[in-house]
Amino acid sequence: METERLDTYRSNMFIEVSVELSGAQILVQSLKDEGVEYIFGYPGGAVLHLYDAIFQQDAVKHILVRHEQGATHAADGYARATGKPGVVLVTSGPGATNAVTGIATAYMDSIPMVIISGQVPSPVIGSDAFQEVDMVGITRPCVKHNFLVKDVTKLAETVKKAFYVATTGRPGPVVVDIPKDITDPHIKVPYKYPKKVSMRSYHPAVNGDKEQIKKAVGLLLAAQKPVIYSGGGVVLGEASKELTEFSQLLGFPITNTLMGLGAYPATDKQFIGMLGMHGTYEANMAMHESDLIIAIGARFDDRVTGKLDMFCPYAKIIHIDIDPASISKTVKVDVPIVGEVKNVLEQMIDLLKDHKAKPQKKPLEAWWRQIDQWRSLQCLEFDRESPLIKPQFVIEQLYAVTKGDAYVTSDVGQHQMWAAQYYKFDKPRRWINSGGLGTMGFGLPAAIGVKLAFPDAEVACVTGEASIQMCIQELSTALQYKTPIKIINLNNRYMGMVRQWQEFTYESRYSHSYMDTIPEFVKLAEAYGHVGMRVERPEDVREVLEAAFALKDRTVFVDIITDRTENVYPMIEAGKGHHDMKLRVATGTSTDRELA
Amino acid sequence: MRHIISILIENEAGALSRVAGLFSARGYNIESLNVAITEDPSLSRMTLVTRGNEQIVEQIVKQLNKLIDVVKLVDLAESPHIERELMMVKIKTTSHTRTEIRSLTEIFRGKVLDVTATTYVVEMTGPSEKLDAFVAAIDPDTIIEVVRSGPTGISRGENGLCL
Repeated sequence: METERLDTYRSNMFIEVSVELSGAQILVQSLKDEGVEYIFGYPGGAVLHLYDAIFQQDAVKHILVRHEQGATHAADGYARATGKPGVVLVTSGPGATNAVTGIATAYMDSIPMVIISGQVPSPVIGSDAFQEVDMVGITRPCVKHNFLVKDVTKLAETVKKAFYVATTGRPGPVVVDIPKDITDPHIKVPYKYPKKVSMRSYHPAVNGDKEQIKKAVGLLLAAQKPVIYSGGGVVLGEASKELTEFSQLLGFPITNTLMGLGAYPATDKQFIGMLGMHGTYEANMAMHESDLIIAIGARFDDRVTGKLDMFCPYAKIIHIDIDPASISKTVKVDVPIVGEVKNVLEQMIDLLKDHKAKPQKKPLEAWWRQIDQWRSLQCLEFDRESPLIKPQFVIEQLYAVTKGDAYVTSDVGQHQMWAAQYYKFDKPRRWINSGGLGTMGFGLPAAIGVKLAFPDAEVACVTGEASIQMCIQELSTALQYKTPIKIINLNNRYMGMVRQWQEFTYESRYSHSYMDTIPEFVKLAEAYGHVGMRVERPEDVREVLEAAFALKDRTVFVDIITDRTENVYPMIEAGKGHHDMKLRVATGTSTDRELA
Repeated sequence: MRHIISILIENEAGALSRVAGLFSARGYNIESLNVAITEDPSLSRMTLVTRGNEQIVEQIVKQLNKLIDVVKLVDLAESPHIERELMMVKIKTTSHTRTEIRSLTEIFRGKVLDVTATTYVVEMTGPSEKLDAFVAAIDPDTIIEVVRSGPTGISRGENGLCL
């Protein structure tokens, strides 16, 4: 009797509960079953059914932005900080096109993101209906994949596939375009969210080839002047711990790309700084003189390599990447290894430990002596006596005030480079910037996304007076959802990076890089319900930053009036090699020009 | 170098434009492209002829493989294979030229598909060079139109591009 009851109980448990839901409910339920915490979106005609379904539940929280670009950047910031996919919901037509910049931003930096876009009803697709654009067509070149849902019974499976594709292999954004009739509340179909999906045409690589790994380890142990060059793939692949162990086991110098900062602790002595156009002198010289480069989750971007035929002329190159298409795309490599960086590094660490072999001591010591000599040039030094506020000084102070532990988002331009150069990131996912696409307007919405993910962490948005105005409307979102972030506005009254290039290559003809009608940011911040602060003297920077971060539950806009003629150094100018860097001429030069 | 890339791709709306878009976005050159369904209705087979140095073709193959809809692909030029192209040519005829065109068609193992008082439509299959040769053998002033499918190909031996 007892066993019979138990059996009945058991069989009841395994009866699949089949529920009938509308397309709109299916989408929301799928997001919930996928474990989505936040959707960043903006309503409109084609997604009204979806918004009605969102209204009737509270498991998935919707964050209303003020412009769809903000939605994509906020979801992107959330994804970069957490490693989880960001989710965006926009309407058809202009809602969809406004999201494109943010989708392309995520695509260029391989950020997992799922974008749900409304579409006009299926029967009118192709008729130039109101708010119709071919979203699948428009986004095709800037997504990892996209789907147009044509059948409500396939909706749950399509959503699952979208998350699967977005988050596995080399991650990226995936668009799911849903015609309005698919979400019709009157048409209900059985719902079941698949636990997993497989696609016969999609099998991301996992483990690297054993022989290749062995060959690579052999080269590493024989190297005289090795350099580890690691990129954003290490952050995305959660392989920071492995990278650190690997580097320290070998004792090699390590440089990070802009996207890879934080994957290896910047305060460690083996770290030789960022490389590339605005990388350190020691990192770029080491790359140039090296006899063995191991590239880990990096893609030989043109801002990293400089002129290709002068790139690492003496080095053999090992390249670990999950994307075979990244290997030998611009620079031919000697030992390609396709696989997840985490797995490959683990295998390499095991091999190194098994062999008990160590790299050759004497040559490595000589190599470090050479690197230390380059280091002694102190390429990041700047004029600390200036009566004007130096932007580099602001970042140093920001680092001190936040004890090096803040999440720092940035926009694009000089301030971005200074943040990358002077904020020493010791942990991955702390440095959040648009590296590949270089999207101005990214920083503020991204900071909101980060703060939602980590409400107790300090979040700073380092920006400039030009970039911040590209998505300034999101100050309103920051108020609505109480995401107290600190905006550090390096205000130099120029589009600084444009001005810098114009100074160097166009004989200082500052064509339209000058801004003479800049809003009063303090008042603007106050109008949006936040706190505004302005700093004009170097001696006040520390105090104001401390005051700003002390306001734990307020968003503070710190407008910092900086030396407007300051340039980012060092610099590899277009068409030059790593060994041919432009260094700061002499401390004080730019200030003198400004004062004159 | 000329490469003939054979692709097995999901028979989905937009799959063709993903391939075409990839070529235009990355600046690769397409000499010809054809696509049709296979014995499995969920799969299409695409044959694409392109030219480029080894490095470019390696990138083309990798980028195509990266497309989610691409199931498998092979560069047929790397191993023994057979290529065929279909051509139809509409030719102006007169009572004087008919015999000559018919015998030329026979030499090239073509067929006359359609006849009117003033025209012939000649059908021909073969390697692209043979079709080129036929077109060259005809007086250009008599050619009304030429339709070519672009080459398709299949490998020799037991190996095949299948699931």
